[in-house]
Amino acid sequence: MATLERDLRAPAAGRRFGFVLDRPEWLGPLMIAPAVLYIVAIVGLPFLLALYYSVSDISMGRRTLGFVGLKNFISVVPTSKFQTSLQNTFVFAIVSQVLVIILANILALALLKEFRGKWVVRLLLLLPWVAPISLGTIGWLWILDSIYSVINWTLEAFGLITADGWPMYLGKPYLAMGSVITVHVWRLLPLATVIILAGLTSIPKDIHDAAQVDGASFWRHHFQITVPLIRPILLVALLFGLVFAFTDMVVIFVLTRGGPYDTTQVLASLAFFTGIQGGDLAEGAAIAIFLFPLLLAVAFVFLRIARRSEVT
Amino acid sequence: MATVETRDVRKHFGDVHAVDGVNLTTKEGEFLVLLGPSGCGKTTLLRMIAGLEDPTGGEILIGGQVVNDLPPRARKIAMVFQSYALYPHMRVFDNIAFPLRAQGVPRAEIPHKVEWAAGLFGIEKLLHRKPRELSGGERQRVALARAVVREPAVFLLDEPLSNLDAKLRASARDELQQFQRRIGTTTIYVTHDQVEAMGLGDRIAVMQGGKVRQIGTPQEVYDEPADTFVAGFLGSPPMNLLEIPDCLVGFRPEHFLPKEAHESPDGLLALKFHISRIEYLGADRLLYGALEGKFPDTKVISKLASTVSTPVQPGKTQDFAVREKDFRFFDRETGLRTRPRPV
Repeated sequence: MATLERDLRAPAAGRRFGFVLDRPEWLGPLMIAPAVLYIVAIVGLPFLLALYYSVSDISMGRRTLGFVGLKNFISVVPTSKFQTSLQNTFVFAIVSQVLVIILANILALALLKEFRGKWVVRLLLLLPWVAPISLGTIGWLWILDSIYSVINWTLEAFGLITADGWPMYLGKPYLAMGSVITVHVWRLLPLATVIILAGLTSIPKDIHDAAQVDGASFWRHHFQITVPLIRPILLVALLFGLVFAFTDMVVIFVLTRGGPYDTTQVLASLAFFTGIQGGDLAEGAAIAIFLFPLLLAVAFVFLRIARRSEVT
Repeated sequence: MATVETRDVRKHFGDVHAVDGVNLTTKEGEFLVLLGPSGCGKTTLLRMIAGLEDPTGGEILIGGQVVNDLPPRARKIAMVFQSYALYPHMRVFDNIAFPLRAQGVPRAEIPHKVEWAAGLFGIEKLLHRKPRELSGGERQRVALARAVVREPAVFLLDEPLSNLDAKLRASARDELQQFQRRIGTTTIYVTHDQVEAMGLGDRIAVMQGGKVRQIGTPQEVYDEPADTFVAGFLGSPPMNLLEIPDCLVGFRPEHFLPKEAHESPDGLLALKFHISRIEYLGADRLLYGALEGKFPDTKVISKLASTVSTPVQPGKTQDFAVREKDFRFFDRETGLRTRPRPV
């Protein structure tokens, strides 16, 4: 009897760590710890730092760090440069997201069907997502170049424009905004399409069959059955895209650097030019986090709607 | 009101012949059941009638008109799916109203019609609920109401009772039949459940391997099976089959009784039955065992109603008998029915 007791106890003592992994209250935190650490170190700390910078008088080359309250915001927000950038940010984010959602819906519906060469289309579609974005954008820089543009070359070859009437895609205000939006849409389309495609494939086939038998036309079927059923996932795609469009500046930085005359300047790029290149870290930080409360609210509202409209 | 006819309808998926030349004609207002094991092509056939699948060959006629090229919405059919396929984001009212709106029924008429359809199935109180707030039986009624509401010419039902529990299924079967009799719409009903098929159908089309093996009333397919497949598929347990010199002879387990349990000793064929196991099922007992003597080691089953009082015991060999007129004869090669002959 005594030996039996010892046998049961001995391995337990020797492998205490092994049993820790069997307990959910330990295993869970252990598994999620790397992600938490990563987010705290890469996102959390810099974010807190930016928050503090925005209410300080820090600038490059100075050793002091004084608290100045909302002075940075008060001085930068009324400037016309900031106002233009704010307006551009909204135009850029909203127009590009509307286009992304419409195009991604069409693409996802097409990719749901079986057709020859589907894998080629899928591959091409995913290419902008897997290629490094700066590389892809540099490709676009050449495509939209004022001298070497293949678009203009092609248009001229077809006789649609003349040699002295080449559009300057990145040099004219509206064309420049159109160009950066186009490239941004091109870049975000794959992700949105894949997300929507996942939503579409999760709808049971019977539902579509029922709608067909019930006599729904294509549009009724799409807008009254399909779209409401993928609404939660559609909102997630839209949220991702919006946050991305509001905060990212790679496309604009590579293509136009905010020009011409700040017509494509957005808050993210303005923050970079002011804070990093201009050396005024405090004002740059203020610009960068200006939209944070708004984005937080947008994310909150979207996720709430998404949860409310979850079905089945 | 309309009839449905299929003429040599085929559906091939690559080398697989899911439906392989089916000829069927429903009668006006008939309840026709397509019965068969999984993969026999019954659902594919129904989906082709609905217009959800394109036939590889053959013609489908609804109300005398070839509908091969018509989309589902133009075929005046309504379909109830196994999963019910209710629209999960819509309330019951909007689910039932959906086909009406899709057909452009005037807005003012819709509430009236929805209430009528809901009234047929006693679900008026559920109209404001979402499908996820309903029980299985309630969902099934909503699906039926949605099918009825636009007064289709033909009903297509794809195993609508298979997601209900056994007790509910029996009452739903009863309601379904009464309802179909009342509105008198031609109905095609797919199932793999023979009890459902026997209980509901005016006629049953037994399918296997993409072909219709037999079509007839429940009595016909049960009492006069056209081949060994139908004989084995219908009836639980299936028909016993014995080999005699140039053919197969079959008899139902409930006709294979102890000798003294038969009403008269005339016209009986006596068989020695070695009982190996008895299953007590309440209303019946199933006796498993093998024949001795003339058909050594042929496994057979006897089904005794609880009213049969002859004592039976496992491990014993007893005198059993079958009336000669209960024998059915099948060709050994083709499995088809042949003329009777002495056993």
